[in-house]
Amino acid sequence: MLHSIQFKTVGLIFLVGLVGVLYFCSLAMGQTSISFPLALEVITNYDPNNEAHIIVATSRLARATIALTVGIALAIAGILIQSLTRNPLAAPDLLGINAGAIFFIVFALTWLNMQSLTQYMWFGFLGAAVAAVGVFLLSNIGRDGVTPMKVILAGTALSAFFISFTQGMLVLDEQSIQTVLFWLAGSIAGRDVQMLFDVLPLLVIAIIVSGFMGKAMNIFSSGDDVAKSLGQNVAILKLLMGGLIIVLAGGSVAIVGSIGFIGLIVPHIAKGLVGNDYRWMIPYGACIGAALLIAADILARFLISPMEVPIGVMTAFIGGPFFIYLAKKGVSRQ
Amino acid sequence: MQGLQTKGLTLQYGNQTIIDCLDFDIPLGKITVLVGANGSGKSTLLRSLARLLNPASGEILLDAQKLHSMSTKQIAKQLAILPQGPVAPEGITVQQLVKQGRYPHQSWFQQWSKKDEMLVEQALEATQLSALKDRPVDALSGGQRQRAWIAMTLAQETPIILLDEPTTYLDMTHQIELLDFLFELNRQSKRTVVMVLHDLNLACRYADHLVAIHNKKVAIEGAPEEIVTSQMVEEIFQLKAIIQKDPYFGTPLCIPNGKGRYIK
Repeated sequence: MLHSIQFKTVGLIFLVGLVGVLYFCSLAMGQTSISFPLALEVITNYDPNNEAHIIVATSRLARATIALTVGIALAIAGILIQSLTRNPLAAPDLLGINAGAIFFIVFALTWLNMQSLTQYMWFGFLGAAVAAVGVFLLSNIGRDGVTPMKVILAGTALSAFFISFTQGMLVLDEQSIQTVLFWLAGSIAGRDVQMLFDVLPLLVIAIIVSGFMGKAMNIFSSGDDVAKSLGQNVAILKLLMGGLIIVLAGGSVAIVGSIGFIGLIVPHIAKGLVGNDYRWMIPYGACIGAALLIAADILARFLISPMEVPIGVMTAFIGGPFFIYLAKKGVSRQ
Repeated sequence: MQGLQTKGLTLQYGNQTIIDCLDFDIPLGKITVLVGANGSGKSTLLRSLARLLNPASGEILLDAQKLHSMSTKQIAKQLAILPQGPVAPEGITVQQLVKQGRYPHQSWFQQWSKKDEMLVEQALEATQLSALKDRPVDALSGGQRQRAWIAMTLAQETPIILLDEPTTYLDMTHQIELLDFLFELNRQSKRTVVMVLHDLNLACRYADHLVAIHNKKVAIEGAPEEIVTSQMVEEIFQLKAIIQKDPYFGTPLCIPNGKGRYIK
């Protein structure tokens, strides 16, 4: 663990650098390999007649930027949700928030015949919100209120509910399967830049606001009673965190579909590096999330070339074993 | 009127009334101890005094101002509460925890100041935790951990401190050490201390003002030597006991009747 402020700052600068390098790798690497200087030229000196420039500008630039933004958004959503539920196993995908967003998007697509990406986005937010509120209400039933265990159970149940209804709708409307499939598996390839532009402003606002939450979340992490005693408005903080989670997770799903495990594992890596201090965990998590997703996206281009592995499958490869490790660690501690 | 008062205070959990229409004042600058049987509502009352629980009806006044009309941050500058069995976030150090006590005094413009630093150091010193300040709270012993939490409430620099069963889980030595500390804190800096204690004998030793909660009311209150009698213990705790003078302190000492070995 990095203890002093100096080490933490150096570590953060290193991580930002790593994300930058990976971002450029993402522009340069793929089926058509493009040299780094050439990739850099796209930004500094774009030539519309250069084939390599066109590949970078039309496909890879959007792809790298989406991986960057969504990686940050999912990681921060994970940190927020684990802090809000006080549950180290919580993540947007495990609490049914991703499944809820997908269900609403598929519903808009198959039944309401909506075609515009902006509309999908709003349905994604709506679905994320419905799932989040649903998980809260379900886990609030019973005497002891919201416990970590009940949150996970409610999330799993709601997730299964949304996924089966999504599948049901697709069975009834087979034509939509092609359009919808990528949302189910999660994919960054071939995404429209327009989608990013629609959702990006909201995501960026949510990311920036999250950046200022560290201190309040530190106070909140000692429990509701202590936080209230210290003069924190716990109810408003919870609402704000809930809203941010819905925008970050719902927006991510609208752009790339369900990408699991980033939100689960990144908070733990960040905590391992800088300890239980959210002022550092949030920027560290943002960088690690971006780096992981960009790296996974680059790797996805080469594993079964010339085909591509869906990115959601890639993250599941890393995340599945990690989840089991976390669950085991939690059990042994009790 | 300064300090904490309740006016017609009624507290409920669901439909169950815990405290019914209570008028009651906390004396300023003294140590007040709430006692009562399990489930009598003493902790509930303490939590409501610290706005952790909203009253079903009635008012709580802090310095003659209605508690619910004050902002939670304003209250936090006047009154600190240490809840029962607080759990520190994993890995957080003693100093980090104590620093959190300065939270109500900070704002966007006024971040960490020299005064904050000084008060945190004083709180660590007073609780004898200066040497342990870089240790994680979860690695401390029970007594040290409780002192770390108290250091946090000290750093909050409030004239009133409420504590909900601060001696739970502590062995005898640490119980006395902690209560001695709170006693000196009260005597030296005139801070108002209000706490819930289970041990009637310790309550009698340290309390200037003893408050017995029974039947959703304050059954009796006053100086322990004036109110603690066999009848009072029987009424409040449904326990037969004789009351003697503590040979050390002269305060009431409650010796309960019951079964056990007799030595002739």
